Amino acid sequence: MRAFPTRGRLSGRLSALGALVLRPVGDLLRKRASACLLTALLAACAQPPTRDTIVLLPEKDGRKTAVIVNNGGKQVTLDSPYSAARTGSADVQGYKSGPADVQSAFGPALAAQPPRPASFLLYFAEGSDTFSDEAKRTVEQIFAEIAKRPAPEVAVVGHTDRVGTDQSNDALSLRRAEFVRRELIGRGIAADNISASGRGEREPIIPTADGVTEPKNRRVEIIVR
Amino acid sequence: MNHQFLMRGLRGACALAGLCLSLAAGAADIGQIKIAKGQVSVERAGQAMPAAPGLRLQTSDVVKTGADGSVGITMSDNTLLSAGPGSVLSLDKYAFDTTTYQGRFDSTLKQGTLAVVSGKIAKQSPEAMTVRTPATILGIRGTEFVVSAEPIAR
Repeated sequence: MRAFPTRGRLSGRLSALGALVLRPVGDLLRKRASACLLTALLAACAQPPTRDTIVLLPEKDGRKTAVIVNNGGKQVTLDSPYSAARTGSADVQGYKSGPADVQSAFGPALAAQPPRPASFLLYFAEGSDTFSDEAKRTVEQIFAEIAKRPAPEVAVVGHTDRVGTDQSNDALSLRRAEFVRRELIGRGIAADNISASGRGEREPIIPTADGVTEPKNRRVEIIVR
Repeated sequence: MNHQFLMRGLRGACALAGLCLSLAAGAADIGQIKIAKGQVSVERAGQAMPAAPGLRLQTSDVVKTGADGSVGITMSDNTLLSAGPGSVLSLDKYAFDTTTYQGRFDSTLKQGTLAVVSGKIAKQSPEAMTVRTPATILGIRGTEFVVSAEPIAR
């Protein structure tokens, strides 16, 4: 088993190679995007008009959210549960909908909603090369979650605390995620269905000043979807 | 040019090409069909293919459901899209940086019904996700909503 990646083994050569490859790819994507935009505009002109209904649904965790509805320059902002809008020709009117209306108009679409992604956290002591007993239990939960889902995929996302530079933490978080990815592949997840990425120090659980060591932020998040 | 140098250059070029190919393959998958009931198809580059759970989606794919069909899709930023019968959903533009969570997601419901739970792209940048119908643009500020587009007979 390979050691869990710790700070200070940044491969400068790899990131330079990445920059070399990514720049031309970016140019190509930009060119393609403008061609797509033109195609989309032409397609939009050819489409038959529609009468639209939009309803904002309540959030599971009560967060404040909004949808801004723009039809031919007229605009309505939906920002409370079941606030709704209907469009006509270059017009949009706000109204109040409700659970029964939504169920009767959108029942099949809502019934086909995939299960919400589930998230798990694994913590490592710096330098440790095995899962702790707690981490092993989390891994069991991850496999139980995978078994419940249609066409399951896994995304492994590494995080660091704020000790070290942004660049070194990006690289460290990616190595941590790749370590966990290899471990999970070793335990039976198909390599095609699991990705690894690093968020560096961008998403701390506990916000700290730069340079502060915080074990709760040194973690790997496993998203099952 | 000495032979050894040429070989090293060739090997480097192959490695670079391999990396480009794997980047392209990685970038191509933007989401997956998770649920498909009744008749569901995906149109890619003019070809229609039947859609089953596990089918990986790409930018510009158009997902269609028949009169008895419905479909559920999970995007790589955790956005959930699900469409009811008689729907045509075009995944116009998608980009998601797994390090910064910056990205862009534009889709169009040409007709039918759609339920949306927005994901990490909309959470990171409130301007980065739109859902359109032929006449309407919805700006998504990180949220759950439903939208229907009913063709008007002319």
